Formats: sequence, structure tokens, C-alpha cells
Amino acid sequence: MQIFIDLANLIRGWITGMGISEAAAEIVMTAVGAVAVIVFILIHVILLILAERRVSAFFQLRKGPNRLGPIGIGQVLADVVKTLGKEDIIPAGADKFVFKIASTTFFATALLAYAVIPFGEGMIIQDLNIGIFYFIAIGSTATMSVLMAGWSSNNKYAMIGGMRGVAQMISYEIPMVFSLLGVVMLAGSLKMSDIVEAQKNMWFIVPQFIAFLIYYIAATAEINRAPFDLPEGEQELVAGFFIEYSGIRWALFAMAEYANMVAVSAIATTLFLGGWNAPFGLTFIPPFVWFMLKLYVMIFTFLWVRWTFPRLRVDHLMHFGWKFLIPASLANILVTGIGIYIYRAITG
Amino acid sequence: MLKTQELTLNMGPVHPSTHGVYRCVLTLDGEYVRNAVNHIGYLHRGLEKLAESRTYSQFIPYTDRLDYCSGLANELAYVMAVEKLMGITEEIPERAQYLRVICAELQRLASHGIFVGSFALDTAGMTAFFYAFRERDRVLELITRIGGNRLTPNYMRIGGVARDLEEDFFKELKQLMDDYDAAIDEYDGILTGNEIFQSRTKGVSIVSKEMALDYGFTGPNLRASGVDYDMRRDEPYGIYDRFKFEVPIGETGDTFDRYVLRVKEMRESVKIIKQALEQIPEGPVMAKVPKVIKPPVGEVFHCIENPKGHLGFHIVSDGSTKPYRTRIYSPTFVMLSAFPEMAKGTHIMDAVLILASIDIVLGEVDR
Repeated sequence: MQIFIDLANLIRGWITGMGISEAAAEIVMTAVGAVAVIVFILIHVILLILAERRVSAFFQLRKGPNRLGPIGIGQVLADVVKTLGKEDIIPAGADKFVFKIASTTFFATALLAYAVIPFGEGMIIQDLNIGIFYFIAIGSTATMSVLMAGWSSNNKYAMIGGMRGVAQMISYEIPMVFSLLGVVMLAGSLKMSDIVEAQKNMWFIVPQFIAFLIYYIAATAEINRAPFDLPEGEQELVAGFFIEYSGIRWALFAMAEYANMVAVSAIATTLFLGGWNAPFGLTFIPPFVWFMLKLYVMIFTFLWVRWTFPRLRVDHLMHFGWKFLIPASLANILVTGIGIYIYRAITG
Repeated sequence: MLKTQELTLNMGPVHPSTHGVYRCVLTLDGEYVRNAVNHIGYLHRGLEKLAESRTYSQFIPYTDRLDYCSGLANELAYVMAVEKLMGITEEIPERAQYLRVICAELQRLASHGIFVGSFALDTAGMTAFFYAFRERDRVLELITRIGGNRLTPNYMRIGGVARDLEEDFFKELKQLMDDYDAAIDEYDGILTGNEIFQSRTKGVSIVSKEMALDYGFTGPNLRASGVDYDMRRDEPYGIYDRFKFEVPIGETGDTFDRYVLRVKEMRESVKIIKQALEQIPEGPVMAKVPKVIKPPVGEVFHCIENPKGHLGFHIVSDGSTKPYRTRIYSPTFVMLSAFPEMAKGTHIMDAVLILASIDIVLGEVDR
């Protein structure tokens, strides 16, 4: 049932058995957790690249990769090898130091968000008492990497892309945070495990459906997925803020994008879809599997949206964010507050 | 007080959405276009000069390379001009006339199919692109059966067409025409009716009737601005006066109208082909023209309603086997000149869409 937790306990026992202190063992275990997360992300990047290509092909009346291995899995591996083998080009006019670290920090922020994602009961690297707050704080630091990449490339397309990215990510952070606030009010805690526990009887998507929609839209904008992929803006900005990157540095951006997508899907699963809780009392399926199933449903909807809608214009995006999503999310908080007050008044 | 500076952005000649090797120098204020300057000529091959050293028949395949999205229609424009010069317009056999109409309208479907697809792509609607190209590819399959090539069929001849088409072709064409309306409904479903798509295109870059006429707009772009003029109906060439079809007209002349109008025109083209299939008679496909074509001394201008506008050929003959001078009036070259004014003050994302809505093909702009 809990092979991952058993495995962690096994490693922990093994480490403490070597006679090192409790604190040192804790540090080593965190490192083990980090490695596990990186492996998780890498596996999912490969899976998602394949999934994206197959799903988009399905939507677009094509077949997609189907020659290399079963359902074209070898195609992704070949692409990885190709990307790793490419020359690392740094433009002559670039701010070399910033240019180099921008891709790394972008991936690092994506990685850090995984510290608070509960994959199952007890399967969380750090169950912080400010879990959601941490996730939001880490998410907003990704903005800096976008600006760094856009500015340091010394390319006009990249700069416009970077500027767009910053404006968009900052604007959509606000409705995203507000939409999560409703869940926090219902659960009465910022801690991930508490929030999941609070959804034992009813998933928060039911009382907080509007918040879920707002979160979904804002999260799409936050991770720069279509139809909100303005910083990339393929049609006018060619590739946006990472236009000058190549090889592994470019791959880091692409990987971070997928890692972010998994992260926001995981947060949506945790906060709205009941996390690892099994629906309809189907508890014989392990919590981890339930979590992953819900996660994949969320990810599929992201792919679905991406391959259906055209892209918004920048000013429409801003209007939508500031004039519609933020008032709607504030109204949701108000209604949730009144609802909780009435509920308490009735039940005492 | 913050100091702001205008940004000069070189869009092209290698850029995903300039539809070819076209360069545009944009002056941006933030992301809004303050000024745009066209730079063309990257695909100039000197076709007009080449025509002077080719015989009249030899130049037909070159016209395929003008607007390479509508090869058959270009050929039709050229051979009709030469026929007019020779004075044999009335001698073209009936069956050849019908085949020409079928070819031209089929080519219009292919060209507008590219427009819908690439326009969708410029709004980042990747899926609609594939929907539009699905039908376009079926059309191209048929064009392959007409002339052996997808884009450069070389099928029209001075005095008729190269060969008669087999029964199988007509069967497949009929099948395609029966399927086409449903396919266009699908474009409407995935693209035209989309809220984001409409907000991107409606009210963007409105071209008034006066401006369209001043700039010499022709074809769908002119009609999108509300001018009710279609050469196929108003100055019928060939046998176009025998077909019943409507000429769709735009209301506001914005980018959305220019898109929607082309989708509507596709439906009309389907109607024309269906009528042509019913009426087509049996008979020869080639008039009796001399082996060596030597038009009398004189000059002629003839233009037809190409998918993208009026394509005209002005040919001056000195009585020899080769034209003294051939001048090509290309619609997209004329309409591209309006792009700076159309793009002024719009967002850079709209500028890309406006360029797509003019439907330029650089092979024709640069000739």
C-alpha cells in the first residue's frame, strides 16, 4: 500500500544505523527526497512531451510520433539525446552571467514548489504549516527568471517576451492567491495535509467551484500555457524570452514549463479534488495512485485547452485578469465567508 | 518623469508569420506599432523579364510560380490574356471552358484553405490549421490528378486545356464537393465562433470603403470593406455568366470580415463547381490554334478574379513568337502597400494578424 513510505523508512533506518546524529539523518533524508522529486519530474517531462505530442495529434487529425518504439516513446528519448548534444550558444552581446543562471533559476523555482506537494498520506517532503503560502511565494519568484532571461539575451523579441511574462505573471498571481483563499477559509489551515484531511467527506471543488475555475485560468496564465502563452508568443515574438537559448539551457526552460504544469495540477488536485482521498470509498486503491490519477486528469485538461483555443491579446489578457478575475475572486471570498458564518450560526 | 524610447524591430525576412521572405521594420512604442515600413524583393526572380525571352506557351509554367497557392488561376489569367491578344476568345471549346472554371474554383478553395489555416496559425489556433489543411490537401490531390503537380500543375493551354480529365476525377471531385460544406461548418465551429478569436479580430484595423478603393484593393479584401464588386459576376470572363452564385460582402471591413468573407467564398466556390459538374458537355478540349503562336502586333490587358484579387497580364506583342513586354499586375503587391497604414496604432500581435488577413504571397508580390 505504501511502498514509497516504507522505502523512505528503510533508508532512514539504514542511515541512522550508521551512527550519525538525528539532525544529520534528517538532512540526508531531505536530499533523498529532492532526488526522488527530480526523478519524478524527469520521468514526467518525458511522459508529458510524448503525451502532448500524441494528444495534440489526436486533436489535429494526425498520428503523431509512432515510428520509434511503442507509441513513439523512442522519439522523445532521441529528442533528449539531440538536445543534450547541441552546442551551447551564448550570444556575443548577452549579459553572460545572468544569461547562464536564468535557465537554472527558472528550473530551480519549479523544483522548489515540489517541497510541499503531498503525493500521498505522509508522502510530502516538508509538511510546512504555511504550505500554500510557500507554494505561492516560490511560484512568484519564477517571474524574476523570466525577466532575467528576457533582458540578458540582448534580443528585442526576448525583451518584449520577458516584459510580457512579468506583467502577466504578476497580474495573475493575485486572482490565483485569492481563489486559494476560499479553500484555506474552509479548511482553516495553510497546511497541505490538513487541507487534504478536511476534504475527507466533500471535495472542495463542490463548494468552491468558482474558485476552482479562477484558479484554473490563473494557473494557466501563471505557467505560460496556451492560450496564455504570451511571453512565448510564437507568431510575433518567435520564441519569446528564451529565443536565444539552445541545447541544455533551452531544455531546462522546457522542462521547467512541464514541471510547473505538473506542480499547479498537483496543487489543484490537493486543494480542490481531494488530494489523495479516494472517492466513493474505493480505498483499496492506494492513495498515491488516486493522487496520480487526479493529477493526470488535470494535466489532460491543460493539454485539451492548449490545443483548442487561439491565443489572447495582451491587453485583453490584462483586462480579463484585473477587471474580471480579481473582482470575481474577491466576491468568492465574501460569499465563502458569509457561508461559513451562516453554517456556524446554524450548527452552533 | 520616466523617459521612454521607441523600439525598432526588424520583423523578417526570416520570421514565422511574415508568410514568406518579407521584411517589415516596425517602430514600436511599448508593444504598439507607431510606424511600419515594407521591405520586399527577397523573392524577386524577374519573371516579367524572363517572359520576354520565352515563347508565349513557354511562359505558362512560370505563372504557376507567381502566387504559388493558386497556380491554375494564374495560368488561366495568362492564357486568357494571350487568347484575347490573338482574338480567339470565342473559339475555346465548351468543355475546356467548363474545365477551366472547375480548375479555377478548385484553386480558389485551395488558396482560401491556406488562408484559413495560416490565419488560424497566426492566432495560435494550431488545431484549426490542421482542419483547414485537411480539405486543402484533398483539393491538392485532385490538382495532382489534373496536372501532375500539387502547386505547379501547368494545365492551361492557349486555346484550351492540356488534356481531358478521366471519369474517376469527376467522381472524386463530386464526392469532395459533397463533403465540403460540412468541413466549412467545422472551421466555423473551431475558429469563427471562438470567443477569443472574435475578440482578437473584430474591430481590428478597419479599412473603410474609401481607403480600400484609394489603395486599389481588389478581390476579397475589397469586398470585405463593403464594395460590392466581383469580376466573375460584374464583368464575367469565360463562361462565368452561366453560374448562379452569391458575392458575399463584408460589413465593417475589419480583420474578422476579411476572414469570414473568404470562408463564405469557399461555400460559393463549391456551388459553382457543383453547377459546372452538372452542365459540363462532352467534346474537344482544345481549339484549333497554330503550333507556333504569333499574335498580331498590338497590346492587351486582361485580368481575372484570382483567389487573392485581380491578377492582370499586360502583354505587348511585336508580332514575333515572343512578347515584347509582359507586365504582371499582382493584387497582393498593391494591397501590401496598405499594410503600414493598416498596422499603424495597433498591437504587434494584431499587426501579424493584419498581415495575414491581407493574404500576401511573396511569390506574387516580388514576381
